[in-house]
Amino acid sequence: MTTNIELPVFTNNSEVELQGKWGMVVDQDLCTGCQACVAACSMENNVPFVGEEDAGYGRAMHWIRIERLWDNTTFPGVKMTSYQPTMCQQCHNAPCEPVCPVYASVHSQSEDLNLQVYNRCVGTRYCGNNCPYQVRAFNWRDYTDARTRPYLTVLQNQLNPDVTVRRRSVMEKCTFCIQRIHGAEDKAKSEGREIRDGEFTSACAQACPANAITFGRLDDPQSAVNKAAAASPSRSRHLLDELQTMPRVTYLTGGV
Amino acid sequence: MASYAKPLARRKPHAQEHEDPRELLMHDPLPRGQMNAMVMESMHETTPIFWVVAAILAVIVVYTLGYDWYVVIMQGQGVTGELRPDYWGVFLVNTVFWIGISHAGTFISAILRVLKIESRRPFTRAAELMTTFGLVQAGLSIFMHLGRVWLVYWMFPIPNERTIWPDFHSPLMWDLMAITTYLLCSTMYLFLPLIPDLAMSRDRTESGWLKPFYKILALGFRGTEGEWKNLTTAMNIFAFAIIPVMFSVHTIVSWDFAMATRPGWSSTVFGPYFVIGALHSGMAAVAIVLFLLRSTMKHYKYFLRPEAFNTIGMLMLLVSMAWAYFYFNDYIVPWYGGNKWDKILQEYTEKGPLGYLWFTMLFVNIVVPWATLWNKKWRETPWLLAIVGFLINIGMYLERYIIIPVGVTINRMPFTWRQYYPRIEIPLTIGTFSLFLLLYMLASRVIPLIPVWEVQEGQEAHMIRKMGKAEVSTLSDME
Repeated sequence: MTTNIELPVFTNNSEVELQGKWGMVVDQDLCTGCQACVAACSMENNVPFVGEEDAGYGRAMHWIRIERLWDNTTFPGVKMTSYQPTMCQQCHNAPCEPVCPVYASVHSQSEDLNLQVYNRCVGTRYCGNNCPYQVRAFNWRDYTDARTRPYLTVLQNQLNPDVTVRRRSVMEKCTFCIQRIHGAEDKAKSEGREIRDGEFTSACAQACPANAITFGRLDDPQSAVNKAAAASPSRSRHLLDELQTMPRVTYLTGGV
Repeated sequence: MASYAKPLARRKPHAQEHEDPRELLMHDPLPRGQMNAMVMESMHETTPIFWVVAAILAVIVVYTLGYDWYVVIMQGQGVTGELRPDYWGVFLVNTVFWIGISHAGTFISAILRVLKIESRRPFTRAAELMTTFGLVQAGLSIFMHLGRVWLVYWMFPIPNERTIWPDFHSPLMWDLMAITTYLLCSTMYLFLPLIPDLAMSRDRTESGWLKPFYKILALGFRGTEGEWKNLTTAMNIFAFAIIPVMFSVHTIVSWDFAMATRPGWSSTVFGPYFVIGALHSGMAAVAIVLFLLRSTMKHYKYFLRPEAFNTIGMLMLLVSMAWAYFYFNDYIVPWYGGNKWDKILQEYTEKGPLGYLWFTMLFVNIVVPWATLWNKKWRETPWLLAIVGFLINIGMYLERYIIIPVGVTINRMPFTWRQYYPRIEIPLTIGTFSLFLLLYMLASRVIPLIPVWEVQEGQEAHMIRKMGKAEVSTLSDME
C-alpha cells in the first residue's frame, strides 16, 4: 500500500531527546509577579477574553499564569513562596499527546514542541485532564463570536494575524510562540544561515521587565537559556520532575 | 466400632427449611398455551396510567435531550459546570454509571446461563434489555460530553483522503471499540433467545403493525428440531463469548482513568474494581426493574416469584462484599505507594466539602446491603429489595461522582484546585434516566419480557420426587 505521507521515524536517540530544541528558563527569584507576561501572551496569541463571570468561575484561558503559593508548613500563614509563572512545559514525553483519540495533540518532530491542532480537536478534554501542569485552556464558549460579544467588533483590530482565532470547544495552550519561531526560521532560511540565539524571543520573555524569562535554543551550548541554567545549577529544577515528562522549561529558585 | 452420638437437644427445624418446592416457578407449571396467552395478555393490556407516565417521560426526554442538549451543542460546554481542573464532569459519571447498569444484563443471562442457575430463567430478558438500553444512555452521555459532537466521526477509523487515522494509543479509542463491540454482542445476545418468543408472538398476533414486525424478526422460526439445535448452539457460543467481552468493557472504561497521570486515578486495581462496581449497580438495578415489572405488569406475579428476588439478593450481597474488598484495596495501594498527592486527594474526598458524599456512599453500598440481605425473608420481599437496590444505585452513582469530578479537583498543581458543581448536567442526567425508562416501557409493549420458552423448558426438566419421606426437587439435564 502506498501512502502520500512520510511516516515519522521513531528513534531512541537519547542525546537529542535530552537536549531538545527550544527551551525557556524562568528565574523565580527575579519574578515580581507583575503579570506583564500574561498580558503580552494574551495579546500575541489572541487569547480570548472570557468575561467576568467565566473568569470568576475559573475559566480564564491565559496560556501563562502567575502562581502564588503559600508555604504553610514552614511558617504557617506567613511565608509566601516566590511567584511561579506557569505555561506549557513543552514536555518531550508529554502526557497530553497519547490520550488524544484524533491526533489533535501531537508532537512536532522537527521543533520538539507540543502542538495543538485546533481544527482537529473534537473536545474530549482528555489532554487537559491528563496534563500534570494543568496549563491547557479550553474554549468553554464561543468567546470570539461578535454576535454575542459586541465589544469584539472593536477589539478584533488588535488580533494578531499570524495566529489562529479559535472557536468554541477546542483545546488550546502555549505554543512557545511558534509563529515567531517560524518567522525567524523563514528569515534565516532566506538568508541562507542558521537561526541565531537571541534573534527573536517569545512574547512573555519580551515583555518581562525583570528579565526573569529567557527563551532560546537548547541545542546551542552557548545560548542564553543554557548559560542561565548552567550559571546556577543548584537553583535549577523542573516542575514535577518525578513524572519523567522531560519538560523544556527550567525554573531557577532558591537564591536570595 | 460404631459410635453413637446422641443429640443433646432436638434441633428445631428452621422455618426456612420447610419450604414447599411446589411454590417454586419451576414446579408450578401451567399449560403451554395458557402461559403464552398470559405473556401476550400482559403485553397488550395497557392501563391509562401507563400512557400518562409514558407521556410525562416523553415530554421530559424531548425537553432535556432535545432542548437542553441543543443548548449545550450551540453554546458550547460553557453551559455545563466544568472548569479548568474538572474537565470531566457528570456526563462521564453518567457514562460509567450506565455502562455499569448494562453489565448486569449480561452477567445474569450469560454467567447464570453458563453456570445453569435455574432461577435465572424468568428474568434473563428483563436484564438483557437493560444492557442494550443502558448502553444507549452511555453512548448518549459520551456524545453530550464531547465538545464538538458533530465531528464525532473523526474518532471512527474511516479511511479518508488525508490518511489521518484515529490514535489507538488513546484509551478513549479502546473505549469506543469496547463499547461498540459490547453493544453489538449484547444486542445479538438479546435477540437470539428472543427468536422463539417472537415466533410465538407472531403466531398469536392476528393483525396490526406488530404482525410484520414479528414476522420479520422471528426469521421464520417454526420450532423444528434443527432450528432449536442451531439456536441452542448459537446461544451457547454467545453466552461463553460475551463473558470476556463484558469483563473487558468495564476494565477498559476503568483504563480511561487508570491510564491517566493523575493522583487517585493511576491505580492498577481500577480494572477489577470497576467491574465489581458495575455489577454492584447492575444487580441492584435488576432488582428495581424486576420489582417494577412484577407490580405493574399483569400476570407477572406468576413468573417473578420471591425465589427470583432471593437469587438477585444473594448476588447483591456477594457483590457488595467483593466491592467492599476492592474499595479497601483502593486504599491499600496508595498507602503502600506513599504518594503524597494520593494522600491529599483521599483527605479531600473524606474531609473536604463533599465528604458527606463519601460517607453516604460507604453507608448505602456496604452497610445497607449487609444489614438487610443476610435474611432470606427480607431478600424475598420484592419492595424491600427494590429499596435496597435503589440505595445501592445512589451509592454507586456517588462512587463514580467521587472518582471523576471530585477526584479531578485535586491535581499536582495546587494553584488550580477548584470545586465543580453541575449545572445543565442535571436535566440532561434526568433525561437519560427518563429515556431509559421510556424505552423500557415501550419495549414492554412490543416484546415479551419473560422468556416463555425458557421457563417452559425449565419446568419440563424439573420434577419432584419422593426420596424416603422427603420430597426433593430434581432436575434432568436436557442438553
